[in-house]
Amino acid sequence: MDRVSKILRSQFTFAVIAIFIGFLVAALVLGATGYNPLEVYSILFKGMFSKPRYIMNIIIKASPIILTGISFAFALRVGLFNIGVEGQYIVGTIAAAVVGILFDFPSYIQFPLVLLAGTLAGGLYGAISGLLKAKRGIHEVITGIMFNWIAFYAGNYIVNLERFHEPGTTTTYQINASGLDPIYNWKMSEAGLEVIRNNEFIREVIGKTSANIGIIIAIIVALTIHFILKNTTIGYELRAVGMNKHASEAAGINVAKNTIQTFLIAGAIAGLSGALSITGVSHRLFELMAQENYGFNGLSVALMAGGSPIGCIFAGLLFAGLTYGGGTIQLEIGAPSEIIDILIGTIVFCMALVSLIPLIINKINQRGGKKDVK
Amino acid sequence: MLSKLLLLISNTVMYSTPLAFGALGGLISEKSGVTNIGLEGMMTIGAATGVSAAYLSGSPWVGFLCAGIAGALMALLHAVASISFRADQSVSGIAINLLGAGASLFLVRIVFGSLNTPPVPKKLPRIFSDSSVLGAFSRLNFEVTAVIAFILMLVIWFIFAKTKWGLRISSVGEHPRVADSLGLNVYKIRYICVITSGFLAGLGGASMTLSILSNFVPTAISGHGFIALTAVIFGKWKPVGVYLSCLFFGLAQALVIQLGGGSLLSSQIVAMLPYVLTVIVLVVFVGRSVGPKASGVPYEK
Repeated sequence: MDRVSKILRSQFTFAVIAIFIGFLVAALVLGATGYNPLEVYSILFKGMFSKPRYIMNIIIKASPIILTGISFAFALRVGLFNIGVEGQYIVGTIAAAVVGILFDFPSYIQFPLVLLAGTLAGGLYGAISGLLKAKRGIHEVITGIMFNWIAFYAGNYIVNLERFHEPGTTTTYQINASGLDPIYNWKMSEAGLEVIRNNEFIREVIGKTSANIGIIIAIIVALTIHFILKNTTIGYELRAVGMNKHASEAAGINVAKNTIQTFLIAGAIAGLSGALSITGVSHRLFELMAQENYGFNGLSVALMAGGSPIGCIFAGLLFAGLTYGGGTIQLEIGAPSEIIDILIGTIVFCMALVSLIPLIINKINQRGGKKDVK
Repeated sequence: MLSKLLLLISNTVMYSTPLAFGALGGLISEKSGVTNIGLEGMMTIGAATGVSAAYLSGSPWVGFLCAGIAGALMALLHAVASISFRADQSVSGIAINLLGAGASLFLVRIVFGSLNTPPVPKKLPRIFSDSSVLGAFSRLNFEVTAVIAFILMLVIWFIFAKTKWGLRISSVGEHPRVADSLGLNVYKIRYICVITSGFLAGLGGASMTLSILSNFVPTAISGHGFIALTAVIFGKWKPVGVYLSCLFFGLAQALVIQLGGGSLLSSQIVAMLPYVLTVIVLVVFVGRSVGPKASGVPYEK
């Protein structure tokens, strides 16, 4: 019995069950609307894995939402609902683009500088929410939603400033090449072009994609946050505040300081994600018609991961894979690609039911107990 | 000048209506102790269902009603998760937003074959079928949905201020254990409130697509549910306050439309102002906002 309850208790097992239920529900919806679910899924997986280039594209799409996912998950562990992650991400893109356009240092300074600008901007932007929560008791959901829109319009404002706006487009100028992703710069160098010309595999996965170092940074951040939460005093205090604010305060933990710190770190991670999107993928800031949802998708990633920073890596890849592959089912058999949103929504919904696990285990144990009595 | 002022009033009322439905719904749910972050998803499914049903039946009122039912069904999911299964209400709400958006686009794609629908045969009416009866004030011929929202606010105010039903809901949201010990059925009351909340949010979504627009587009509901959520807190969980908050956001949007692109301020800055203002008002005037005590906390018998 112990072994069974241990397996059931594990987040991972539950995530697998949730994913299975997600696929099942989506299959039922597809079946009810006249599509063959097996056919849809086989096309979906073909769209995800049939070429190395597809896999690389999924990794590229996953990197920013892994980071926004970690940002959200981190705050969640401290009991804070960082719905402002979208705005912190946008502010990161703005700062990275502005610094990337205004300055032109050698690339070993410029690239880190651009990332730092995005990280700092996101962190400070997040810290305002933390400050307002800690000092004035204003709910972080309200400031988060407001700050998302403020960042959104601020970005569009910057794009339309004469100093940054590229005439005849809806974007800024490209950031200076010295601030672009090292992989991109290598690809464009003589040596890189030479390799790409001669090696078909490299041409597929790097030449034809926006391959960038985002995923490496995302993994480093995931491990770092995991380490901080598990093995440091700060992490212990943060988790304590997340579990019981009042008890922590009574134990001498400064909850206000913790709240601000948490938002600073969460915002910084989201801002870094935005900066990496500028250096690695878009290279410029776009005027937005609607929010791009990198932040909101991070919410889903974090919830699918059950709030674990390392889990965010896998959840991010899954999310990116499903949405990337989802595009092909629309193209190939005309099944609405929105089925993917239903699938992911169901997974998150099931993850919300995670509190059921202890109940189920108790039920099982009770039954086991009764048998012993006999 | 007068005509500009009348236009501003008319636009304010128009833009605040979907928010008012959503926010009043959110208010009822929160009052009973269930946070409803899923308003956005419930409004979206209402917007999509409203247009689909109005298109297929030919009647905007059938569409309006179906939108409410669709919102209520979404809310039922949220209720099952957050009341019976005691799930994390924020997580469930986020899932509802994903499911609502996905199901809406899926539905619209199945019914119309594309994500931007053709206009419905008939929109929801205005108060007077002929605006000219109002003479110079023809701008004030509001949408019927605006009137419904206003009446709804009065009804909800009355329920909470004057009836035992309101008292019961509040007690379940403040002290569920005490309410339970006094013989109230906490689960039942919360279920009713959450489902009502979804019904209203669905109506809000439909008031956007059947009254303001005349078709469904994927951006029809973009952030309205979240603004409605904000309005609940901004209005300090009081029906009149919540309604006024929605008017405030409506006014802001109307101002953006009327001032937008002027030489004085960039339209982006104008668009940003309501959100900046909200934060400033909160910091300076409102301060600590305290909701129903048990809001967001699952109740375990």
